[in-house]
Amino acid sequence: MTEPQTQPATQTAPARQGEPLLSVRDLEKHFPVTKGLFQRQVGAVKAVDGISFDVYKGETLGLVGESGCGKSTTGRLVTRLLEPTGGQVMFEGQDITHMSQGRLRPLRRDMQMIFQDPYSSLNPRHTVGAIVGAPFRIQGVQTENGVKKAVQDLLELVGLNPEHYNRYPHEFSGGQRQRIGIARTLALKPKLIIADEPVSALDVSIQAQVVNLLEDLQNELDLTYVVIAHDLSVVRHISDRVAVMYLGKIVEIAERKSLYATPMHPYTNALLSAVPVPDPRGRAGRERIRLTGDVPSPLNPPPACRFHTRCWKAQEICKKVEPPLAELASGHRVACHFPENAPGAPEAPATGKDEPVNA
Amino acid sequence: MSPFLDVKDLKIHFPTDDGLVRSVDGVTFGLERGKTLGIVGESGSGKSVTSLGILGLHKGRGANISGEIWLDGEELVGASQEHVRGLRGKKMAMIFQDPLSAMHPFYTVGDQIVEAYRIHNKVTKAVARKHAIDMLGRVGIPEPGRRVDSYPHEFSGGMRQRAMIAMALSCDPELLIADEPTTALDVTVQAQILDLMRDLQREFDSALIIITHDLGVVAELSDDILVMYGGKCIEYGSADDIFYRPEHPYTWGLLGSMPRLDREPTERLLPIKGSPPSLINVPPGCAFHPRCPYTERTGDKARTEAPALAETEGGHLVRCHMSPAERRDLWENEIKPVLETP
Repeated sequence: MTEPQTQPATQTAPARQGEPLLSVRDLEKHFPVTKGLFQRQVGAVKAVDGISFDVYKGETLGLVGESGCGKSTTGRLVTRLLEPTGGQVMFEGQDITHMSQGRLRPLRRDMQMIFQDPYSSLNPRHTVGAIVGAPFRIQGVQTENGVKKAVQDLLELVGLNPEHYNRYPHEFSGGQRQRIGIARTLALKPKLIIADEPVSALDVSIQAQVVNLLEDLQNELDLTYVVIAHDLSVVRHISDRVAVMYLGKIVEIAERKSLYATPMHPYTNALLSAVPVPDPRGRAGRERIRLTGDVPSPLNPPPACRFHTRCWKAQEICKKVEPPLAELASGHRVACHFPENAPGAPEAPATGKDEPVNA
Repeated sequence: MSPFLDVKDLKIHFPTDDGLVRSVDGVTFGLERGKTLGIVGESGSGKSVTSLGILGLHKGRGANISGEIWLDGEELVGASQEHVRGLRGKKMAMIFQDPLSAMHPFYTVGDQIVEAYRIHNKVTKAVARKHAIDMLGRVGIPEPGRRVDSYPHEFSGGMRQRAMIAMALSCDPELLIADEPTTALDVTVQAQILDLMRDLQREFDSALIIITHDLGVVAELSDDILVMYGGKCIEYGSADDIFYRPEHPYTWGLLGSMPRLDREPTERLLPIKGSPPSLINVPPGCAFHPRCPYTERTGDKARTEAPALAETEGGHLVRCHMSPAERRDLWENEIKPVLETP
């Protein structure tokens, strides 16, 4: 581990001036849990419970976390495939939180999604031409040399043979299908792409091809990505900034470099140390942080800091006061009372306001 | 003295309407008690079918199996189904990838362990139940006395995988096969399960085969590693051989495809071009030749002649037309410097 990074990490990051492309404030999604004949609400699954982040033009934000942490729900809220129950989503300065589907439709051109499963996200009865050409048809976009030419150009862009225009999805392998999905996403030249586990269903060698393709397309077409994934090594490879989620909250958000070199939240530390390392010689000497138990249910999350039930640093204060997402180093925000690797006084509570309660 | 598990030239072919599927086409390896073998490969490389073949679980599908499987001096390929059935559970057991579909949803976890235990041991239900509670406790399930009466759906993913390990270990098997045991789990839970498997193996001194596509998982547990491609073993050696002196271009490709947390991020990943072959239509000659960047080095041979699995040194086997010296030179001077850029 290197020493805590105190100097601004912004110099390595892409241009961060001006308005963010996507801005999310206190976003919430509570799914009601109902019971009985009258569908009485007896509780709520707090899938996303008040998260805020910005995505700037040209960058890639990675959202990582274990299953059930709300990362996919976040992706669906931002693209308005789900209706938020609270908070605000701003896209290019426009509030789209509760915009009607009719008014949202033109905006869909600028905001597209890549899905995880290339088998269920392509209609098996449509040809590749129909699938990739659908966005033009739905949005009523006129193409210069006809839809067919446009589709063939797109297929070429993602590394597929343009002559496969008339084939059906089942004739392609998993990696090729994912490329078809990417071609469809790119059809209308979106500004923002939300990719939900874009490579996790693919084989290792194919995964690398698709990761490289996403990076090339970003450079070529000036795209902005939000990549949702559970694989920490893939996320490190493609992201400029990374947000770590736990039970519907962002617990840490930072530049890629500073997050992986000096992770501050105990959960981030635990996640990173749990990743198996392909280095058999090093396995004897490796110190691991072992979390016990499972992620608690989002139906009834622990109060205050949600990680306190599994955290080895937890004290009384963690059960009573929710730690705010505070900026401890430049661009590095952490929600923890006792962060690791923090510059300054590492053993004092990060909030500054609340005195530590001696446990 | 032959090893505890000795597999020689195992072939499992499935005749289908579209042609013969050569799922496993010549796999050879040996495994001692207390040791772990990792089988790595992409989907459709034949790694799971190999394990099903050892357990005798492939037969119902009308497969043709040939070669030899020796388990503790006993040949299994020619043995009767009843006989292999008697060995299953007692002598060898399996941990499946998805515990939710591998366990019966209608019976409690305890009942399922009790059933497995009583098939092989003449004991009363009460004794078997005590044993089940004991096993659940040993795999780290809290309050085993209460959880023994839970149904599989009442367990979380990690707990279900623990319960499945408890069931597999209930009869103290000498050979344990784990097929993608942690793929369905989150990374923190995966770390717990890998620890558990390592500890239990030490305790029971069983031979362990772990099948996975994740090189990280393999590196955590394995003594030996077998890399499969297109139904064939293309490289086989100690964990050190595979990670520090790999000689097959496919193994290089796997290592280059994988983003790693323990190194500085490289600018680009180095993927293998193309996609894995269909097992009905395995390319002639070397199955890897359409994707291999070094095909030209051996001229037409790659397309016409299948390379043999040959020893390079000290039990490290490689199936490649290039000479060992050529491969080592490529690894040292071209591949390794790129993979290990600081």
